[in-house]
Amino acid sequence: MKINFIKTFSLILVTGMILLTAGCGEGREKDDSDDTKKERKSRVDLLGAGASFPAPLITAMADEYRDVTRNRVVVNYQSIGSGGGIRQFVEQTIMFGMTEAFLSDEIMADIESQTGGRAFNMPITLADVVATYNVPGVDKGIVFDADVLVDIYMERITNWNDPKIEKLNPDKDLPSLPITVVHRSDGSGTTNIWTSYFSRVSDEWKAKIGYGTSVNWPTGVGGNGNEGVAGAVMNTPGAIGYNSLTYALLNDMSFGYVKNSSGNIIEPSYAATTEAANIDLPEDTRVLFTNTPAEKGYPIAGFAWMLVYENLEQNNAINNRTEAKELVEFLIWSITDGQELSEELGFARLPEAAVERNYEMIKQVKWRGEEIGKELLKKKNIS
Amino acid sequence: MHQAQTNTDIIKKPLPIIYRWLGDKIFLTVVFILGLSIIFLAFSMAWVLYSEGRLAINEFGVIGFLKGSVWDPGVRMVFGALPFIFGTFITSVVALAIAFLPAIAIAVVIAEYAPKWIGNIIENFVHLIAAIPSVVVGIWGIFVFAPWMRETVYMPIFTFTANNYPSLLPVLGNPMGYGMTTATIILALMIIPFTTALTRDAISQVPKEQREAAWALGATKWEVIRMAVLPYARGGILAGAMLSFGRAIGETMAVAMLIGNKNTFPFSILGPAATMPSVIINEFREAVGNLHLSSLMAIGLALFVISLIVNLIAAYITRKLSITGGQVV
Repeated sequence: MKINFIKTFSLILVTGMILLTAGCGEGREKDDSDDTKKERKSRVDLLGAGASFPAPLITAMADEYRDVTRNRVVVNYQSIGSGGGIRQFVEQTIMFGMTEAFLSDEIMADIESQTGGRAFNMPITLADVVATYNVPGVDKGIVFDADVLVDIYMERITNWNDPKIEKLNPDKDLPSLPITVVHRSDGSGTTNIWTSYFSRVSDEWKAKIGYGTSVNWPTGVGGNGNEGVAGAVMNTPGAIGYNSLTYALLNDMSFGYVKNSSGNIIEPSYAATTEAANIDLPEDTRVLFTNTPAEKGYPIAGFAWMLVYENLEQNNAINNRTEAKELVEFLIWSITDGQELSEELGFARLPEAAVERNYEMIKQVKWRGEEIGKELLKKKNIS
Repeated sequence: MHQAQTNTDIIKKPLPIIYRWLGDKIFLTVVFILGLSIIFLAFSMAWVLYSEGRLAINEFGVIGFLKGSVWDPGVRMVFGALPFIFGTFITSVVALAIAFLPAIAIAVVIAEYAPKWIGNIIENFVHLIAAIPSVVVGIWGIFVFAPWMRETVYMPIFTFTANNYPSLLPVLGNPMGYGMTTATIILALMIIPFTTALTRDAISQVPKEQREAAWALGATKWEVIRMAVLPYARGGILAGAMLSFGRAIGETMAVAMLIGNKNTFPFSILGPAATMPSVIINEFREAVGNLHLSSLMAIGLALFVISLIVNLIAAYITRKLSITGGQVV
């Protein structure tokens, strides 16, 4: 019996190992017929990774683009977080990165000295953050302004019937209820936008807490993810938190209107978010436009950027001209036709101003000195 | 009959020559490599954690990092692990204290008192608790347990304290339901199965003679369990408790979802806190700054070392206490 067992076992082990090693090497081509083989040859895989917030949009774009190109171009996007996206982009294991925080001057300088060209941060979509709350008896539409929100998050306003809130909401019947502050505990682009808004409007916040994907919160309870914050807010009378607009809409949460820098009270919407970014953008679009000067713009919003090298041949993940060309073509498509997918997936469209800046950057993208960005734009009659 | 027939067949049939020469050796090599790879794996993990966390360790020093109580990735870029070490320690110790006696009681009921079929049912449910993914426990905690605790337990306590001993309110903290107490209770619930399973095994291995001797001395059932069964099984019980403790230290998702994630002192009883695994899972994905990421890795290394120490202590205690000496009973 024993011998029998050992014999079978070792046989299984050895055959297993042989199969495994064989499988690794050949599996790919072997089981394909000749027809698909030909197709495979011309098929291009575009590999990208990064922020998780725009992942649903990028994935949908990838599906749509696959149809548009008749299976020729497959975009493979891994949502590993902005930090991971930037790191992989710098290490050149992916063709494009996605991030909700633009590259720092330090990384930009590093890349310039290493590749002899710049790294472009191209806006692909917009993120918006709304103040969600649970105040019994009051529906959506409590009006906040920058001071009130900062004061709440610095524990200076601790009750919903505070005169500062009542002054902004004369027609609302606000109860005397202590405010429980909820924030994201996981590092996230949502927190980045929320805290960057606070840093813009309050010098004290800027000096003490600053902004980033995680910060040292002065008060409050941390919920894990959009759902963690939403769960804590919906289950705690008197709670205030922040979520992306899409998440608040999908889960039927009450959210507040915000008075922007021009003094207009803005109801959060995709259109108001797009409007917020329709401003005079710097050439490299590395800008936070929270507290936007746009009159009708919603003030708590920001870009998600796609990261691409100026000299594509310097990116080790891109092997040949075809891949480089397809990457640029996908980029152009995603800021033009691809934007059609935005609203139904809960994203705001890019404004004209951002698309124009993107064209300017795409024009400078090269492969071994050849200006493929310019050529492809010309082909599409965009100058 | 049939069995014997096959056996003689094999003995009669000459084995292939390659098998006779190499069979055992291949098997030995494979098993040996697999066994050694675990050691290799543990060391390489520790090495990766160290090399990734070196930036933070160099910046703050080992002691400075462990002692530091500021975690500020926003402005100052200062990172200290003390709040997380403290949070981990408190939640795990208290969770173990809460879970220990119920877990042993469950094991005693299963092994000694309950009829076999009821015992089986209870045992299966205990295993079920161990099998529930912690993220599911966390979601249940967010939407059901925490609000319920707030309404029925925390709020009455809070109002009572506010009316009678207002000076104690800062110690009690915000009663919203997402905080250290909630996380600790959930943690206790999650580690019960481990203590129960090992205790039950240990009890079932107590020799029959041991019990019979106690019976013969005129002991009641309770006395038999107290004087003969539990002392004999104490090695296994402690091993189970230590395994649970290890689980509690490393438990990530459910804690991160319920503890409220406050990265700064002071912690309060009902208010939010944080643990080492919770801060790692919270901030790792989107940690953009190098020092921030490195500090998270250094916390991972600290967690690794602490788990190792707990395991070593557990092994030592178990060996000291087990009746048979040297082996887990």
